[in-house]
Amino acid sequence: MTLVLSRRGLFLSTAALAALQFLPRSASAQSGGRITVAADSEPAQLNPAIAASNGVFYISSKVIEPLAEASYDEAGLRPLLATGWEGAEDGLSITFKLREGVTWHDGTPFTSADVAFSALQVWKPLQNIGRTLFANLTAVETPDAHTAVFRFSAPTPLQLIAKALPVVSSVLPKHIYDGSEIAENPANRALIGTGPFVWGDYKPGEYYLLKRNPAYWQPDLPLAEELVFRVLPDRAAAAGSLEAGEVQLAAFSSVPLVELDRIGKVPGLTVITKGYEALTYQLVVEINHRNAHLANLKVRQAIAHAIDRQFVLDTIFLGYAAKATGPVPANDPTFYTPDVTTYAFDPEKAKALLDEAGFPADASGKRFALRLLPAPYFNETRQFGDYLRQALAAVGIDATIVANDSAAHQKAVYTDHDFDLAVAPPVFRADPAISTTNLVRSGIPAGVNFSNQGGYVNPELDSLIDTALTTLDPAARVALYHRFQQLVTADLPLINVVDWSFTSVASDKLGNIANNPRWAVSNWADLTLGT
Amino acid sequence: MTPALRRILGRLIGSIPVLLIVVIGVFLLLNSAGGDAVDAYLASIGGGDAGLAAKLRAEHGLDQSIWRRLIFTLGRLAQGDLGWSVALNRPIAAVIAERLPNTLWLMGSATALSFLAGSALGILAGRRPGSAVDRLLSGGSLLLYSIPGFWLGLVLSVIFAVQLRWLPVSGIETIASGKTGMDRALDIAWHLVLPVSTLGMIYLALFLRVMRSGMAEAWSQDYILAARARGLSESRIVLNHAARNALLPLITLLGLQAASMLGGSVVVESVFGVPGFGRLAQEAVAGRDTPLLLGVILVSAVLVILTNLLVDLAYGVIDPRVGRGGT
Repeated sequence: MTLVLSRRGLFLSTAALAALQFLPRSASAQSGGRITVAADSEPAQLNPAIAASNGVFYISSKVIEPLAEASYDEAGLRPLLATGWEGAEDGLSITFKLREGVTWHDGTPFTSADVAFSALQVWKPLQNIGRTLFANLTAVETPDAHTAVFRFSAPTPLQLIAKALPVVSSVLPKHIYDGSEIAENPANRALIGTGPFVWGDYKPGEYYLLKRNPAYWQPDLPLAEELVFRVLPDRAAAAGSLEAGEVQLAAFSSVPLVELDRIGKVPGLTVITKGYEALTYQLVVEINHRNAHLANLKVRQAIAHAIDRQFVLDTIFLGYAAKATGPVPANDPTFYTPDVTTYAFDPEKAKALLDEAGFPADASGKRFALRLLPAPYFNETRQFGDYLRQALAAVGIDATIVANDSAAHQKAVYTDHDFDLAVAPPVFRADPAISTTNLVRSGIPAGVNFSNQGGYVNPELDSLIDTALTTLDPAARVALYHRFQQLVTADLPLINVVDWSFTSVASDKLGNIANNPRWAVSNWADLTLGT
Repeated sequence: MTPALRRILGRLIGSIPVLLIVVIGVFLLLNSAGGDAVDAYLASIGGGDAGLAAKLRAEHGLDQSIWRRLIFTLGRLAQGDLGWSVALNRPIAAVIAERLPNTLWLMGSATALSFLAGSALGILAGRRPGSAVDRLLSGGSLLLYSIPGFWLGLVLSVIFAVQLRWLPVSGIETIASGKTGMDRALDIAWHLVLPVSTLGMIYLALFLRVMRSGMAEAWSQDYILAARARGLSESRIVLNHAARNALLPLITLLGLQAASMLGGSVVVESVFGVPGFGRLAQEAVAGRDTPLLLGVILVSAVLVILTNLLVDLAYGVIDPRVGRGGT
């Protein structure tokens, strides 16, 4: 621990200040099995079946469970509320076997009716991801209390649905939501689920309190008595609270990268990079193909050659990232292929390509100007915007940074198309069909966030995306997505720069952490606090 | 009706146009910023399809024209209804009732600290302008005043909370402690020590400097000469004659600072994790939550108007000329 001041030398000379030492150290007092973790935001509503997002899952996943959770083992999935799933030969139905002996927190038994209700009334019509993923879902049959058969109007690959389960399949209690305005139900704030923790209390701006569910379906779990999510919007405060022992965990990189080196040396604290593999974020340069310069492939190739990925990795991400080769991150166990067109850092080649494209440098070395909109969501996306501006200047492209807050950025890029280049952090969600093909597919209406709003149209790519969406054979799907990566890297509808995951800083007293690829947003049933 | 009461009533009625301008100005300003509450919400959950955005806009009335929404908003406010927060999905009146006390505690204590300590040190400095004490205090206050609030907050937090562990790093009270009554009040006071010191220190410097210059000016006045001629003791001259007259601009400053301190509390509340009014305003802007921001601004404006009214009344007490000669 690096002490800024000596504890004794300077202050104890003053009697008044010395007296302060005898006051109670209220803050660091721990009650039995209470685990306190930092939360950097307070979602508007906490229902994960409606808002399938990490900010919501971070808190809600401890209370409301999905059918299956991501896992490090071979299958990649660990059964939770479903014990098994099987797709029909024709791809038009998927049968889920549900867990028996599970009860909701109010004591009502969990049945297939809850799953049917959640799928048809919530995931399909209301959920940000489910609205697209379950577009072809027509009915859910419940032959018995623990079987649910999903019927689709078009062949739907089991592989896709299975990979999406941890994100899209949070099950809600039908008896609480049925007949009410689902989006307005009070249970969206005081959650009722089947999970290891029951809802305790929420003090806006202060904390969320979850308590041990004594009737949890998995015997002897959960291990912790209470979970407290302490609202700490200020990142320096999160680091300070960890050092002072007021919180035992700060997840989702809420301790800034530049602090990690120092805080990792504090006795009792560890920096952890595991547990986010299924939440990989991609640093992407979005391109507006309506711009005549950028519509030229040679210009896009030049931009790809102008970016020094190693520099971005070392300087912006301080090593906590991996170079991207294409639209699927290298850490994906199923779909990734390195066999794609790559663009080495080569400013001279970039200049030559720009010359070839017919955009020679003028007397001052400039070729053309454009607007660059870095997404404001992460420090790293803003910093990469600054870097990209310099990298482009080095090859004669004069980029002007347009800085917006998130609402303004969303509207400018995804609704108004008022940009030339943008820096975006889309998420890779285990299967390219969930939210990755959207980034390049044409025909998506204006106003859809994190999608192809750059006006890029490639019929070959579109048809490949559509084919993969209804291809049932897993090996054939994987082959199609390899081709997808090759097409994207060859034609550059967008440029993938690096892929990164988050870091956690955790107290050494915590046990069973980072033990699945969605750990921060999983149910923490086995999380423990030692002494 | 007494003249004083009539004056108060007049001031309150006169403030209605001010409030109207504030509301319309804030409404137009926030709506001229790019993106709306639905954009902000969808950004926070990682996006959704176009149908979802349209559906949410219709639910929040954001598909209506800006003028229709303005007229609707004014009508609602005129009935005393602050409305529903889009970002927090709760009634705004309830949110404000929850957050306002925290900020009032923070600002009230910080004001008391900075005013009392600032004027006392100002008297000390202004007792002998140019002396070593004066130069030390004036220099020190200049330094303090030029330190950004968030930095001072972080440094105090690192020293007293992280390293020495004397005080809590953040929060307004111990989480789910079950404390009530006096115990809870002490717990809150304990958590407020650092934020109040941070906010208070910055304004302390301002009060110190104004008091000091008022004192310095007073020494050249005839009434000081007269007091000396009457053979009064030095301490009596300092306190009853020089300081009392130098206090008047400080009272004015107190009213003016109420507004600026609300601004300063945004930063301090964020650094120390105090769920207050300033942070609420910041969340409202980031979430493009027009009704919430209007609620926050409106309540703040009323607070500032009331503070200034109190300052005017205090003026009448301290300086008898004000009440008599005026309206």
